[in-house]
Amino acid sequence: MRTRPAARAGQYAALLAYLVFLAFPFLWLVSVAFKPARELGSLHPTWIPKDPTLAGFRQAFDEQPLLHAAFNSLVAAVSAAVIAVVLATPMAYVVARRRTRLARAVSAWVVVSQAFPFVLVIIPLFLVLKNLRLIDSVPGLVLVYVVWALPFALWMLVGYVRALPVELEEAAAIDGAGRLRTLVSVTAPLLAPGIVATGLFAFVTAWNEFFFALVLLKSPEKQTLPVVLTHFIGSEGVADLGPLAAAATLATLPSLVVFALVQRRITGGLLAGAVKG
Amino acid sequence: MSLATEKRRTVRRTSGTGPPRAATGPGAWFLVLPALIPILVLSVGPLLYGILLAFTDAQSGRTAPTRWTGALNFSDLLHDTLFWESFRIGLLWAVGVTVPQFLLALGLALLLNQDLRLRRTARALAIVPWAMPEIVVGVMWRLVYDPDAGILNETLRDLGLGDGRDWLSGLATALPAVIVVGVWAGMPQTTVALLAGLQNTPRELHEAAAVDGAGAWRRFRTVTWPALRPVALAITALNLIWNFNSFALVYVLTNGGPGGRTRLPMLFAYEEAFRYGQFGYAAAMGCVMVAVISVLLALFLVGRIRGGDDT
Repeated sequence: MRTRPAARAGQYAALLAYLVFLAFPFLWLVSVAFKPARELGSLHPTWIPKDPTLAGFRQAFDEQPLLHAAFNSLVAAVSAAVIAVVLATPMAYVVARRRTRLARAVSAWVVVSQAFPFVLVIIPLFLVLKNLRLIDSVPGLVLVYVVWALPFALWMLVGYVRALPVELEEAAAIDGAGRLRTLVSVTAPLLAPGIVATGLFAFVTAWNEFFFALVLLKSPEKQTLPVVLTHFIGSEGVADLGPLAAAATLATLPSLVVFALVQRRITGGLLAGAVKG
Repeated sequence: MSLATEKRRTVRRTSGTGPPRAATGPGAWFLVLPALIPILVLSVGPLLYGILLAFTDAQSGRTAPTRWTGALNFSDLLHDTLFWESFRIGLLWAVGVTVPQFLLALGLALLLNQDLRLRRTARALAIVPWAMPEIVVGVMWRLVYDPDAGILNETLRDLGLGDGRDWLSGLATALPAVIVVGVWAGMPQTTVALLAGLQNTPRELHEAAAVDGAGAWRRFRTVTWPALRPVALAITALNLIWNFNSFALVYVLTNGGPGGRTRLPMLFAYEEAFRYGQFGYAAAMGCVMVAVISVLLALFLVGRIRGGDDT
């Protein structure tokens, strides 16, 4: 379809406006992270630091146990992602391939699990985890993250399984491969990219998660990166901008890298599989 | 994410190809249990337990046994004007974020669906806010809004639009300021959902309409929108729920201030539960939130479906 040049120019202008709106807060964050304290105190802030420095980063590491927090985040996010995917994959396969009440119940649960406020779940979970002595521990947090990641992991994986033609499995069966053999040597390899994408998505969500971590982790040496970030903001709401920005920038990098790597698969898995008829 | 479409598709395919051998038989149960057990034990169970707690006087760190108090929490809640104020703010916030978010995301999705240069780069950039931790998004916008060192006030000063102000601490500006952040943070999911919906509309229909002389607006109304409606409806419903229940963004931006002007229901319930230890009371708040949001959503969905029949 041809578009008139004026309309085209308008489209580019609109696209540019969107990209500026999406990018400017992020660029500002990075800019502040590299500014020396002197420039941050200035009443006329500039877009680009005149005198870029790593002092903000150094100060951030001095003030809060960032490395330790990043390690906690990594442990929590990797464990949650791996466990969630391992648990969800077999179920997703069954749900995708069988039209049963179970499949409908799982779809309904995915919707319902999105609807209730976390506070209604976290209070009883808090009591249960307290009895299990898992409050203020990374394993306790992993437990919560796994269950929290399961609905959307199922959701994505069901989409990926449905995208695989059943005929391949039927052909393998006709060729005499048993059920297990078909699953292991035909289905699993085809599903692998989808499983990885699902796992990475679960990783990012757990890495970014804040509410459960805030409630469950009390001692500073157990806390994850998002919780530690809030310590840069004092109780009066006053923040030391440089280190705050530096730490925030660092906390974003892993998710950004993962998202950049598998962006197409993630959005594809979450949506295209569900939308295409 | 487009749940309505998903459901329809499931129904449609039921009569299609039969199940392959691999998933039939008793082995299926064995495959389902690993995910089903944790969901039941750590998700459905706590949810039911949480509803039970709403009818008790459960408190954290108390030695006396928890007693059944019937509907006491709920009748107390009925008279808790602060809670209803926060409920009102929650609704304002949910609608205030969801509506502009939808319109902006629709515009962006339509643009990204065109054959523009830089489309792929733009698509990749458009989902950046999605990848960021909510806490970082909040921190980032605090830096933008900062009264002295923030870029917003500096830009306003440069443009000669006054001296700028302390956006997040102003009684009148705080809620609009956090709403802008909410819109920004949730745009990618909505854009991606709508874009997927757009790519689902047959191109030929568009071209046929163009050949028949339909203008852009007419093509949108008669071709694009009908095809996009189920996705749009589902993502809007989800956005309303997500936004109403949101916590982290506002927690780090204003922590409910100034004077409770941005105290969303989740912030209120969090404080009640984990600062004041009123577990039973906070659980009752959760129940009320679920109940009201379900009713509103049901009304919304029914209204939208009815309203759409004449198109």
